[in-house]
Amino acid sequence: MPGGRTTNVAALTRKQRAGLWLIVPAALWLLIFFVIPFYSLLATSLFDPNGSVLTGYDVAWHFANFGNAISNYWPEIVRSFLYAGIATIICLVLGYTLAYAIAFKAGKWKTVMLVMVIAPFFTSFLIRTLAWKLILGDDGWVVNTLQTLHFMPQGGRILATPVAVIAGITYNFLPFMILPLYTSLEKMDPKLLEAAGDLYANPFQAFFKVTWPLSIPGVVGGTLLTFIPAAGDYINAALLGSPNERMVGNVIQSLFTTQGDYAQAGALSVVLLVIIVALVMLYVRRSGSEDLL
Amino acid sequence: MVKFGRWIGSHLVMTLGLLVLLYMYIPNVIVAMMSFNDATGARNLYRFQSFTWDNWLHPCAPAGMCASVTTSIQIGLIATVGATILGTLAAFGLVRHRFTGRGAMNIVLFLPMATPEIVMGSSLLALFIAAGLGGHLGFWTILVAHIMFCLSFVVVTVKARLSGMDENMEKAAMDLYANEWQTFWRITFPLVFPGVLSAALLSFSLSFDDFIITNLNSGQTVTFPMYVWGAAQRGVPMQVNVIGTMMFLAALTAVIIGEVGARRRAKLVASR
Repeated sequence: MPGGRTTNVAALTRKQRAGLWLIVPAALWLLIFFVIPFYSLLATSLFDPNGSVLTGYDVAWHFANFGNAISNYWPEIVRSFLYAGIATIICLVLGYTLAYAIAFKAGKWKTVMLVMVIAPFFTSFLIRTLAWKLILGDDGWVVNTLQTLHFMPQGGRILATPVAVIAGITYNFLPFMILPLYTSLEKMDPKLLEAAGDLYANPFQAFFKVTWPLSIPGVVGGTLLTFIPAAGDYINAALLGSPNERMVGNVIQSLFTTQGDYAQAGALSVVLLVIIVALVMLYVRRSGSEDLL
Repeated sequence: MVKFGRWIGSHLVMTLGLLVLLYMYIPNVIVAMMSFNDATGARNLYRFQSFTWDNWLHPCAPAGMCASVTTSIQIGLIATVGATILGTLAAFGLVRHRFTGRGAMNIVLFLPMATPEIVMGSSLLALFIAAGLGGHLGFWTILVAHIMFCLSFVVVTVKARLSGMDENMEKAAMDLYANEWQTFWRITFPLVFPGVLSAALLSFSLSFDDFIITNLNSGQTVTFPMYVWGAAQRGVPMQVNVIGTMMFLAALTAVIIGEVGARRRAKLVASR
Protein backbone atom coordinates (compact mmCIF):
# COMPACT_ATOMS: atom_id res chain seq x y z
CA MET A 1 0.00 0.00 0.00
CA PRO A 2 1.47 3.37 -0.98
CA GLY A 3 2.13 6.00 1.68
CA GLY A 4 4.27 5.96 4.76
CA ARG A 5 4.08 7.56 8.16
CA THR A 6 3.71 11.13 6.86
CA THR A 7 0.50 10.46 4.92
CA ASN A 8 -0.86 8.61 7.94
CA VAL A 9 -0.44 11.71 10.08
CA ALA A 10 -2.03 13.84 7.39
CA ALA A 11 -4.88 11.36 7.16
CA LEU A 12 -5.30 11.52 10.91
CA THR A 13 -5.73 15.29 11.07
CA ARG A 14 -7.99 15.12 8.04
CA LYS A 15 -9.98 12.48 9.85
CA GLN A 16 -10.27 14.66 12.92
CA ARG A 17 -11.54 17.57 10.88
CA ALA A 18 -13.98 15.22 9.17
CA GLY A 19 -15.19 14.19 12.62
CA LEU A 20 -16.02 17.76 13.44
CA TRP A 21 -17.94 18.17 10.17
CA LEU A 22 -19.97 15.04 10.94
CA ILE A 23 -21.24 16.64 14.13
CA VAL A 24 -21.90 20.13 12.78
CA PRO A 25 -25.41 19.48 11.34
CA ALA A 26 -26.74 17.85 14.52
CA ALA A 27 -25.00 20.41 16.72
CA LEU A 28 -26.46 23.31 14.73
CA TRP A 29 -29.93 21.81 14.88
CA LEU A 30 -29.73 21.45 18.65
CA LEU A 31 -28.22 24.91 19.02
CA ILE A 32 -31.02 26.57 17.08
CA PHE A 33 -33.95 24.49 18.29
CA PHE A 34 -32.87 23.42 21.77
CA VAL A 35 -30.29 25.83 23.24
CA ILE A 36 -31.46 29.15 21.80
CA PRO A 37 -35.11 28.42 22.77
CA PHE A 38 -33.98 28.43 26.40
CA TYR A 39 -32.90 32.03 25.93
CA SER A 40 -36.27 32.80 24.35
CA LEU A 41 -37.95 31.12 27.29
CA LEU A 42 -35.90 33.13 29.74
CA ALA A 43 -36.76 36.32 27.82
CA THR A 44 -40.43 35.32 27.79
CA SER A 45 -40.35 34.81 31.53
CA LEU A 46 -39.23 38.44 31.88
CA PHE A 47 -41.98 39.84 29.64
CA ASP A 48 -44.19 42.62 30.83
CA PRO A 49 -47.31 40.63 31.81
CA ASN A 50 -49.54 43.39 30.39
CA GLY A 51 -48.53 42.58 26.82
CA SER A 52 -50.58 40.33 24.58
CA VAL A 53 -50.21 38.49 21.32
CA LEU A 54 -51.82 41.43 19.52
CA THR A 55 -49.90 44.33 21.05
CA GLY A 56 -46.63 42.41 21.29
CA TYR A 57 -44.43 41.75 24.27
CA ASP A 58 -41.51 43.63 25.74
CA VAL A 59 -38.72 42.05 27.69
CA ALA A 60 -39.25 44.34 30.66
CA TRP A 61 -36.96 42.49 33.07
CA HIS A 62 -40.08 41.83 35.01
CA PHE A 63 -38.57 39.60 37.69
CA ALA A 64 -41.83 39.76 39.62
CA ASN A 65 -43.12 37.14 37.16
CA PHE A 66 -41.11 34.51 39.01
CA GLY A 67 -42.45 35.52 42.43
CA ASN A 68 -45.98 35.59 41.06
CA ALA A 69 -45.63 32.23 39.36
CA ILE A 70 -44.31 30.62 42.52
CA SER A 71 -46.87 32.14 44.87
CA ASN A 72 -49.79 31.54 42.49
CA TYR A 73 -48.94 27.96 41.71
CA TRP A 74 -47.10 26.76 44.79
CA PRO A 75 -49.50 23.84 45.45
CA GLU A 76 -49.13 22.61 41.87
CA ILE A 77 -45.34 22.80 42.08
CA VAL A 78 -45.21 20.83 45.34
CA ARG A 79 -47.73 18.31 44.04
CA SER A 80 -45.75 17.69 40.84
CA PHE A 81 -42.59 16.81 42.71
CA LEU A 82 -44.47 14.78 45.29
CA TYR A 83 -46.32 12.69 42.69
CA ALA A 84 -43.20 12.30 40.55
CA GLY A 85 -41.20 11.23 43.62
CA ILE A 86 -43.72 8.62 44.78
CA ALA A 87 -44.12 7.26 41.24
CA THR A 88 -40.33 7.05 40.84
CA ILE A 89 -40.00 4.99 44.02
CA ILE A 90 -42.74 2.57 42.94
CA CYS A 91 -41.15 2.37 39.47
CA LEU A 92 -37.82 1.55 41.10
CA VAL A 93 -39.31 -1.37 43.06
CA LEU A 94 -41.27 -2.77 40.09
CA GLY A 95 -38.56 -2.00 37.54
CA TYR A 96 -35.76 -3.50 39.63
CA THR A 97 -37.68 -6.75 40.02
CA LEU A 98 -38.27 -7.10 36.29
CA ALA A 99 -34.79 -5.92 35.27
CA TYR A 100 -33.23 -8.37 37.74
CA ALA A 101 -35.37 -11.22 36.45
CA ILE A 102 -34.41 -10.44 32.83
CA ALA A 103 -30.71 -9.98 33.56
CA PHE A 104 -30.17 -13.05 35.77
CA LYS A 105 -33.08 -15.46 35.40
CA ALA A 106 -34.30 -15.21 31.83
CA GLY A 107 -31.55 -17.24 30.15
CA LYS A 108 -32.23 -17.54 26.44
CA TRP A 109 -35.46 -15.57 26.83
CA LYS A 110 -33.53 -12.38 27.60
CA THR A 111 -34.03 -10.69 24.23
CA VAL A 112 -37.65 -11.74 24.00
CA MET A 113 -38.40 -10.33 27.45
CA LEU A 114 -36.61 -7.08 26.66
CA VAL A 115 -38.64 -6.66 23.48
CA MET A 116 -41.76 -7.40 25.51
CA VAL A 117 -40.88 -4.55 27.88
CA ILE A 118 -40.81 -2.09 25.01
CA ALA A 119 -43.62 -3.49 22.84
CA PRO A 120 -46.66 -2.19 24.77
CA PHE A 121 -45.35 1.33 24.35
CA PHE A 122 -45.98 1.32 20.64
CA THR A 123 -49.66 1.85 21.33
CA SER A 124 -50.09 5.57 21.79
CA PHE A 125 -49.35 6.94 25.27
CA LEU A 126 -52.71 8.76 25.32
CA ILE A 127 -54.72 5.69 24.31
CA ARG A 128 -53.09 3.58 27.03
CA THR A 129 -53.73 6.26 29.62
CA LEU A 130 -57.37 6.39 28.54
CA ALA A 131 -57.47 2.61 29.03
CA TRP A 132 -56.49 3.15 32.67
CA LYS A 133 -59.45 5.49 32.95
CA LEU A 134 -61.60 2.49 32.10
CA ILE A 135 -59.75 0.10 34.42
CA LEU A 136 -59.82 2.44 37.42
CA GLY A 137 -63.29 3.80 36.61
CA ASP A 138 -66.07 3.94 39.20
CA ASP A 139 -67.68 0.72 37.96
CA GLY A 140 -64.47 -0.88 36.75
CA TRP A 141 -63.05 -4.16 38.03
CA VAL A 142 -60.52 -2.65 40.39
CA VAL A 143 -63.03 -0.57 42.30
CA ASN A 144 -65.63 -3.37 42.26
CA THR A 145 -63.16 -5.93 43.59
CA LEU A 146 -61.89 -3.64 46.31
CA GLN A 147 -65.45 -2.87 47.33
CA THR A 148 -66.51 -6.51 47.43
CA LEU A 149 -63.52 -7.28 49.61
CA HIS A 150 -64.45 -4.29 51.79
CA PHE A 151 -61.08 -2.66 51.30
CA MET A 152 -62.92 0.33 50.03
CA PRO A 153 -66.22 1.95 51.10
CA GLN A 154 -69.19 1.84 48.71
CA GLY A 155 -69.14 4.96 46.57
CA GLY A 156 -65.40 5.27 47.04
CA ARG A 157 -63.38 6.25 43.99
CA ILE A 158 -59.93 5.77 42.54
CA LEU A 159 -60.38 7.83 39.41
CA ALA A 160 -59.98 11.56 40.04
CA THR A 161 -57.82 10.93 43.10
CA PRO A 162 -54.05 11.24 43.59
CA VAL A 163 -53.88 7.42 43.57
CA ALA A 164 -55.05 7.27 39.95
CA VAL A 165 -52.64 10.00 38.85
CA ILE A 166 -49.66 8.41 40.59
CA ALA A 167 -50.64 4.98 39.21
CA GLY A 168 -50.80 6.47 35.70
CA ILE A 169 -47.40 8.15 36.02
CA THR A 170 -45.88 4.95 37.42
CA TYR A 171 -47.20 2.92 34.53
CA ASN A 172 -46.22 5.38 31.81
CA PHE A 173 -42.61 5.89 32.88
CA LEU A 174 -41.80 2.33 33.98
CA PRO A 175 -39.76 1.40 30.86
CA PHE A 176 -37.51 4.43 31.41
CA MET A 177 -36.62 2.81 34.73
CA ILE A 178 -36.29 -0.78 33.50
CA LEU A 179 -33.90 -0.24 30.59
CA PRO A 180 -31.06 1.58 32.45
CA LEU A 181 -31.42 -0.85 35.37
CA TYR A 182 -31.19 -3.79 33.02
CA THR A 183 -28.12 -2.36 31.30
CA SER A 184 -26.22 -2.00 34.57
CA LEU A 185 -27.33 -5.38 35.96
CA GLU A 186 -26.48 -7.11 32.69
CA LYS A 187 -22.87 -5.91 32.95
CA MET A 188 -22.52 -7.57 36.34
CA ASP A 189 -20.62 -10.83 36.60
CA PRO A 190 -22.95 -13.50 38.12
CA LYS A 191 -19.83 -15.13 39.57
CA LEU A 192 -19.67 -12.29 42.08
CA LEU A 193 -22.95 -13.52 43.54
CA GLU A 194 -21.67 -17.10 43.64
CA ALA A 195 -18.58 -15.84 45.43
CA ALA A 196 -20.75 -14.04 47.96
CA GLY A 197 -22.68 -17.28 48.49
CA ASP A 198 -19.45 -19.23 48.91
CA LEU A 199 -18.44 -16.74 51.59
CA TYR A 200 -21.62 -17.61 53.49
CA ALA A 201 -23.62 -14.52 52.58
CA ASN A 202 -27.33 -15.28 52.53
CA PRO A 203 -29.23 -14.14 49.42
CA PHE A 204 -30.34 -10.93 51.10
CA GLN A 205 -26.84 -10.03 52.22
CA ALA A 206 -25.52 -10.90 48.78
CA PHE A 207 -28.10 -8.60 47.24
CA PHE A 208 -27.49 -5.63 49.49
CA LYS A 209 -23.69 -5.99 49.66
CA VAL A 210 -22.99 -6.95 46.04
CA THR A 211 -25.82 -6.53 43.55
CA TRP A 212 -27.31 -3.27 44.77
CA PRO A 213 -24.03 -1.30 45.05
CA LEU A 214 -22.99 -2.46 41.59
CA SER A 215 -26.31 -1.41 40.10
CA ILE A 216 -26.17 2.15 41.46
CA PRO A 217 -25.37 3.70 38.04
CA GLY A 218 -28.52 2.06 36.66
CA VAL A 219 -30.54 3.15 39.67
CA VAL A 220 -29.40 6.77 39.31
CA GLY A 221 -29.94 6.76 35.54
CA GLY A 222 -33.34 5.11 35.80
CA THR A 223 -34.64 7.32 38.59
CA LEU A 224 -33.55 10.45 36.70
CA LEU A 225 -35.12 9.32 33.43
CA THR A 226 -38.34 8.59 35.34
CA PHE A 227 -38.44 11.51 37.73
CA ILE A 228 -37.61 14.32 35.30
CA PRO A 229 -40.31 13.67 32.70
CA ALA A 230 -42.78 12.67 35.43
CA ALA A 231 -42.38 16.04 37.17
CA GLY A 232 -43.26 17.86 33.95
CA ASP A 233 -46.03 15.49 32.89
CA TYR A 234 -49.61 16.67 32.71
CA ILE A 235 -51.36 13.99 30.68
CA ASN A 236 -51.95 11.68 33.65
CA ALA A 237 -53.20 14.48 35.86
CA ALA A 238 -55.49 15.73 33.10
CA LEU A 239 -56.97 12.36 32.12
CA LEU A 240 -56.98 10.45 35.42
CA GLY A 241 -57.18 13.26 37.96
CA SER A 242 -59.55 16.07 38.85
CA PRO A 243 -58.67 19.79 39.16
CA ASN A 244 -57.47 18.90 42.68
CA GLU A 245 -54.62 16.88 41.16
CA ARG A 246 -53.40 19.59 38.76
CA MET A 247 -49.63 19.55 38.28
CA VAL A 248 -47.23 22.24 37.06
CA GLY A 249 -47.39 20.87 33.53
CA ASN A 250 -51.14 21.37 33.40
CA VAL A 251 -50.74 24.99 34.48
CA ILE A 252 -47.94 25.77 32.00
CA GLN A 253 -49.87 24.16 29.18
CA SER A 254 -53.08 26.04 29.86
CA LEU A 255 -51.27 29.36 30.44
CA PHE A 256 -49.55 28.99 27.08
CA THR A 257 -52.35 27.58 24.96
CA THR A 258 -55.68 28.71 26.36
CA GLN A 259 -54.98 31.71 28.58
CA GLY A 260 -52.21 33.18 26.43
CA ASP A 261 -50.34 34.41 29.51
CA TYR A 262 -46.87 33.82 28.08
CA ALA A 263 -45.00 35.78 30.73
CA GLN A 264 -46.34 33.73 33.61
CA ALA A 265 -46.08 30.47 31.63
CA GLY A 266 -42.47 31.19 30.74
CA ALA A 267 -41.62 32.06 34.33
CA LEU A 268 -43.23 28.86 35.59
CA SER A 269 -41.30 26.75 33.04
CA VAL A 270 -38.06 28.34 34.18
CA VAL A 271 -38.96 27.68 37.83
CA LEU A 272 -39.72 24.03 37.03
CA LEU A 273 -36.43 23.60 35.19
CA VAL A 274 -34.39 25.30 37.94
CA ILE A 275 -35.91 23.11 40.66
CA ILE A 276 -35.30 19.97 38.58
CA VAL A 277 -31.68 20.89 37.84
CA ALA A 278 -31.07 21.67 41.53
CA LEU A 279 -32.64 18.39 42.67
CA VAL A 280 -30.76 16.38 40.06
CA MET A 281 -27.41 17.91 41.02
CA LEU A 282 -28.05 17.31 44.70
CA TYR A 283 -29.12 13.74 44.02
CA VAL A 284 -26.23 12.89 41.72
CA ARG A 285 -23.74 14.35 44.20
CA ARG A 286 -25.23 12.42 47.12
CA SER A 287 -25.29 9.16 45.23
CA GLY A 288 -21.65 9.74 44.27
CA SER A 289 -22.07 9.25 40.55
CA GLU A 290 -21.08 12.61 39.04
CA ASP A 291 -19.34 10.86 36.19
CA LEU A 292 -22.73 9.80 34.88
CA LEU A 293 -23.47 13.31 33.69
CA MET B 1 -32.65 -22.37 54.96
CA VAL B 2 -30.06 -21.82 52.30
CA LYS B 3 -31.95 -24.16 49.99
CA PHE B 4 -35.15 -22.28 50.60
CA GLY B 5 -33.32 -19.04 49.88
CA ARG B 6 -32.05 -20.47 46.60
CA TRP B 7 -35.56 -21.51 45.61
CA ILE B 8 -36.83 -18.02 46.34
CA GLY B 9 -33.95 -16.62 44.35
CA SER B 10 -34.66 -18.71 41.29
CA HIS B 11 -38.45 -18.76 41.16
CA LEU B 12 -39.91 -15.91 43.13
CA VAL B 13 -37.97 -13.21 41.31
CA MET B 14 -39.02 -14.51 37.90
CA THR B 15 -42.65 -14.83 39.01
CA LEU B 16 -42.67 -11.27 40.34
CA GLY B 17 -40.90 -10.06 37.19
CA LEU B 18 -43.52 -11.72 34.99
CA LEU B 19 -46.26 -10.13 37.09
CA VAL B 20 -44.71 -6.70 36.46
CA LEU B 21 -44.56 -7.52 32.75
CA LEU B 22 -48.19 -8.60 32.85
CA TYR B 23 -49.12 -5.31 34.52
CA MET B 24 -47.50 -3.45 31.63
CA TYR B 25 -49.80 -5.22 29.20
CA ILE B 26 -53.12 -4.55 30.98
CA PRO B 27 -53.89 -1.35 29.04
CA ASN B 28 -52.98 -2.98 25.72
CA VAL B 29 -55.41 -5.81 26.39
CA ILE B 30 -58.11 -3.27 27.23
CA VAL B 31 -57.36 -1.28 24.07
CA ALA B 32 -57.52 -4.43 21.92
CA MET B 33 -60.77 -5.44 23.61
CA MET B 34 -62.36 -2.02 23.21
CA SER B 35 -61.50 -2.06 19.50
CA PHE B 36 -64.29 -4.66 19.20
CA ASN B 37 -66.72 -2.68 21.31
CA ASP B 38 -70.01 -1.63 19.79
CA ALA B 39 -70.49 1.77 21.40
CA THR B 40 -73.39 2.99 19.28
CA GLY B 41 -75.86 4.79 21.51
CA ALA B 42 -73.78 4.04 24.60
CA ARG B 43 -73.85 6.56 27.40
CA ASN B 44 -70.66 5.41 29.04
CA LEU B 45 -67.86 5.11 26.48
CA TYR B 46 -65.53 3.60 29.05
CA ARG B 47 -67.43 0.34 29.24
CA PHE B 48 -67.66 -2.70 27.00
CA GLN B 49 -71.18 -2.94 25.50
CA SER B 50 -71.29 -5.66 22.85
CA PHE B 51 -69.05 -7.29 20.29
CA THR B 52 -68.73 -5.96 16.75
CA TRP B 53 -66.35 -6.07 13.77
CA ASP B 54 -67.51 -2.64 12.61
CA ASN B 55 -64.64 -0.65 14.07
CA TRP B 56 -62.11 -2.79 12.23
CA LEU B 57 -64.13 -2.77 9.00
CA HIS B 58 -64.59 1.00 9.05
CA PRO B 59 -61.59 2.39 10.89
CA CYS B 60 -61.90 5.78 9.19
CA ALA B 61 -65.51 6.39 10.15
CA PRO B 62 -64.86 9.13 12.74
CA ALA B 63 -64.41 12.46 10.96
CA GLY B 64 -60.82 13.66 10.79
CA MET B 65 -59.26 10.68 12.53
CA CYS B 66 -57.55 9.05 9.56
CA ALA B 67 -56.42 12.44 8.28
CA SER B 68 -54.69 12.95 11.62
CA VAL B 69 -53.08 9.51 11.34
CA THR B 70 -51.80 10.43 7.86
CA THR B 71 -50.37 13.69 9.19
CA SER B 72 -48.66 11.83 12.03
CA ILE B 73 -47.19 9.25 9.65
CA GLN B 74 -45.90 11.98 7.30
CA ILE B 75 -44.30 13.91 10.14
CA GLY B 76 -43.00 10.67 11.66
CA LEU B 77 -41.35 9.51 8.44
CA ILE B 78 -39.69 12.82 7.58
CA ALA B 79 -38.60 13.37 11.19
CA THR B 80 -37.20 9.83 11.32
CA VAL B 81 -35.17 10.27 8.13
CA GLY B 82 -33.89 13.68 9.27
CA ALA B 83 -33.04 12.67 12.83
CA THR B 84 -31.52 9.34 11.77
CA ILE B 85 -29.18 10.98 9.23
CA LEU B 86 -28.11 13.83 11.50
CA GLY B 87 -27.84 11.59 14.55
CA THR B 88 -25.90 8.79 12.83
CA LEU B 89 -23.37 11.26 11.42
CA ALA B 90 -22.96 12.82 14.85
CA ALA B 91 -22.55 9.42 16.50
CA PHE B 92 -19.77 8.54 14.05
CA GLY B 93 -18.10 11.88 14.73
CA LEU B 94 -18.31 11.41 18.49
CA VAL B 95 -17.13 7.81 18.67
CA ARG B 96 -14.53 7.73 15.91
CA HIS B 97 -12.89 11.13 16.24
CA ARG B 98 -11.17 12.97 19.04
CA PHE B 99 -11.52 16.75 19.09
CA THR B 100 -11.79 19.53 21.62
CA GLY B 101 -15.30 20.13 22.87
CA ARG B 102 -16.25 16.49 22.43
CA GLY B 103 -17.26 16.13 26.08
CA ALA B 104 -19.40 19.27 25.93
CA MET B 105 -21.01 18.01 22.73
CA ASN B 106 -21.83 14.71 24.42
CA ILE B 107 -23.64 16.60 27.17
CA VAL B 108 -25.57 18.86 24.78
CA LEU B 109 -26.70 15.80 22.83
CA PHE B 110 -27.81 14.12 26.05
CA LEU B 111 -29.67 17.09 27.53
CA PRO B 112 -32.89 16.92 25.46
CA MET B 113 -33.54 13.47 26.94
CA ALA B 114 -33.22 14.89 30.45
CA THR B 115 -35.40 17.97 29.95
CA PRO B 116 -39.11 17.77 30.72
CA GLU B 117 -41.08 17.90 27.50
CA ILE B 118 -43.23 20.75 28.73
CA VAL B 119 -40.11 22.92 29.16
CA MET B 120 -38.71 21.97 25.74
CA GLY B 121 -42.07 22.55 24.09
CA SER B 122 -42.67 25.88 25.76
CA SER B 123 -39.17 27.18 25.05
CA LEU B 124 -39.50 26.21 21.41
CA LEU B 125 -42.84 28.01 21.31
CA ALA B 126 -41.16 31.05 22.89
CA LEU B 127 -38.56 30.96 20.10
CA PHE B 128 -41.17 30.68 17.36
CA ILE B 129 -43.15 33.55 18.84
CA ALA B 130 -40.00 35.68 19.17
CA ALA B 131 -39.17 34.88 15.52
CA GLY B 132 -42.59 36.13 14.47
CA LEU B 133 -43.78 32.65 13.53
CA GLY B 134 -46.51 32.62 16.18
CA GLY B 135 -49.19 32.68 13.50
CA HIS B 136 -47.47 30.15 11.24
CA LEU B 137 -47.30 27.18 13.60
CA GLY B 138 -48.11 23.90 11.91
CA PHE B 139 -46.58 21.02 9.98
CA TRP B 140 -43.09 22.52 9.72
CA THR B 141 -42.78 23.68 13.30
CA ILE B 142 -43.90 20.24 14.50
CA LEU B 143 -41.36 18.62 12.19
CA VAL B 144 -38.52 20.81 13.47
CA ALA B 145 -39.44 19.97 17.07
CA HIS B 146 -39.66 16.24 16.38
CA ILE B 147 -36.27 16.08 14.66
CA MET B 148 -34.86 17.96 17.66
CA PHE B 149 -36.07 15.55 20.33
CA CYS B 150 -35.47 12.38 18.26
CA LEU B 151 -31.86 13.37 17.56
CA SER B 152 -30.52 12.57 21.03
CA PHE B 153 -32.13 9.15 21.03
CA VAL B 154 -30.59 8.34 17.64
CA VAL B 155 -27.14 9.51 18.76
CA VAL B 156 -27.29 7.44 21.97
CA THR B 157 -28.51 4.30 20.17
CA VAL B 158 -26.02 4.43 17.29
CA LYS B 159 -23.19 5.42 19.63
CA ALA B 160 -23.84 2.35 21.78
CA ARG B 161 -23.63 0.14 18.68
CA LEU B 162 -20.51 1.86 17.37
CA SER B 163 -18.54 1.80 20.59
CA GLY B 164 -19.21 -1.91 21.02
CA MET B 165 -17.82 -2.57 17.55
CA ASP B 166 -14.47 -4.17 16.86
CA GLU B 167 -12.34 -1.73 14.85
CA ASN B 168 -10.01 -4.57 13.91
CA MET B 169 -12.49 -5.68 11.24
CA GLU B 170 -12.02 -2.36 9.45
CA LYS B 171 -8.27 -2.49 9.90
CA ALA B 172 -8.31 -5.99 8.40
CA ALA B 173 -10.27 -4.75 5.40
CA MET B 174 -7.80 -1.91 4.90
CA ASP B 175 -4.93 -4.39 5.15
CA LEU B 176 -6.62 -6.36 2.37
CA TYR B 177 -6.40 -3.27 0.15
CA ALA B 178 -9.97 -2.06 0.49
CA ASN B 179 -10.08 1.71 0.21
CA GLU B 180 -11.86 3.83 2.85
CA TRP B 181 -15.04 4.00 0.84
CA GLN B 182 -15.20 0.22 0.27
CA THR B 183 -14.36 -0.44 3.91
CA PHE B 184 -17.16 1.81 5.03
CA TRP B 185 -19.86 0.31 2.81
CA ARG B 186 -18.74 -3.33 3.02
CA ILE B 187 -17.72 -3.53 6.67
CA THR B 188 -18.64 -0.56 8.83
CA PHE B 189 -22.11 0.18 7.56
CA PRO B 190 -23.48 -3.41 7.67
CA LEU B 191 -22.17 -3.72 11.22
CA VAL B 192 -23.74 -0.45 12.37
CA PHE B 193 -26.96 -0.94 10.44
CA PRO B 194 -28.93 -2.75 13.19
CA GLY B 195 -28.20 0.19 15.49
CA VAL B 196 -29.32 2.68 12.84
CA LEU B 197 -32.46 0.66 12.21
CA SER B 198 -33.46 0.50 15.85
CA ALA B 199 -32.72 4.23 16.18
CA ALA B 200 -35.03 4.89 13.24
CA LEU B 201 -37.76 2.72 14.73
CA LEU B 202 -37.41 4.50 18.06
CA SER B 203 -37.54 7.90 16.34
CA PHE B 204 -40.68 7.04 14.46
CA SER B 205 -42.47 5.80 17.55
CA LEU B 206 -41.37 8.84 19.59
CA SER B 207 -42.53 11.18 16.86
CA PHE B 208 -45.80 9.36 16.23
CA ASP B 209 -46.60 9.33 19.94
CA ASP B 210 -45.54 12.80 20.95
CA PHE B 211 -48.21 14.98 22.42
CA ILE B 212 -46.80 17.51 24.89
CA ILE B 213 -44.31 19.26 22.58
CA THR B 214 -46.55 18.91 19.54
CA ASN B 215 -49.56 20.39 21.28
CA LEU B 216 -47.65 23.59 22.05
CA ASN B 217 -46.23 24.03 18.55
CA SER B 218 -48.92 22.71 16.25
CA GLY B 219 -51.13 25.68 15.42
CA GLN B 220 -54.09 24.27 13.48
CA THR B 221 -52.39 21.03 12.41
CA VAL B 222 -53.87 17.94 14.06
CA THR B 223 -51.67 14.91 14.66
CA PHE B 224 -53.09 11.59 15.86
CA PRO B 225 -52.29 12.10 19.56
CA MET B 226 -53.88 15.56 19.32
CA TYR B 227 -56.96 14.04 17.75
CA VAL B 228 -57.17 11.55 20.63
CA TRP B 229 -56.70 14.35 23.16
CA GLY B 230 -59.47 16.40 21.55
CA ALA B 231 -61.75 13.37 21.34
CA ALA B 232 -61.07 12.48 24.98
CA GLN B 233 -62.89 15.64 26.03
CA ARG B 234 -66.04 14.52 24.20
CA GLY B 235 -65.80 10.73 24.22
CA VAL B 236 -63.29 8.71 22.27
CA PRO B 237 -64.54 6.87 19.17
CA MET B 238 -63.80 3.14 19.42
CA GLN B 239 -61.81 3.29 16.16
CA VAL B 240 -59.02 4.99 18.13
CA ASN B 241 -58.46 1.61 19.76
CA VAL B 242 -58.22 -0.01 16.32
CA ILE B 243 -55.39 2.37 15.38
CA GLY B 244 -53.73 1.74 18.75
CA THR B 245 -53.87 -2.03 18.26
CA MET B 246 -52.66 -1.76 14.66
CA MET B 247 -49.64 0.30 15.78
CA PHE B 248 -48.84 -2.26 18.44
CA LEU B 249 -49.06 -5.17 15.99
CA ALA B 250 -47.07 -3.32 13.30
CA ALA B 251 -44.28 -2.50 15.73
CA LEU B 252 -44.24 -6.03 17.08
CA THR B 253 -44.00 -7.43 13.54
CA ALA B 254 -41.14 -5.06 12.70
CA VAL B 255 -39.26 -6.07 15.84
CA ILE B 256 -39.81 -9.79 15.23
CA ILE B 257 -38.67 -9.54 11.59
CA GLY B 258 -35.60 -7.64 12.74
CA GLU B 259 -34.85 -10.22 15.41
CA VAL B 260 -35.31 -13.19 13.06
CA GLY B 261 -33.11 -11.46 10.49
CA ALA B 262 -30.41 -10.86 13.09
CA ARG B 263 -30.50 -14.50 14.21
CA ARG B 264 -30.33 -15.77 10.65
CA ARG B 265 -27.35 -13.51 9.92
CA ALA B 266 -25.66 -14.67 13.13
CA LYS B 267 -26.19 -18.30 12.06
CA LEU B 268 -24.81 -17.61 8.58
CA VAL B 269 -21.72 -16.00 10.04
CA ALA B 270 -21.28 -18.90 12.46
CA SER B 271 -21.68 -21.55 9.75
CA ARG B 272 -18.99 -20.04 7.55
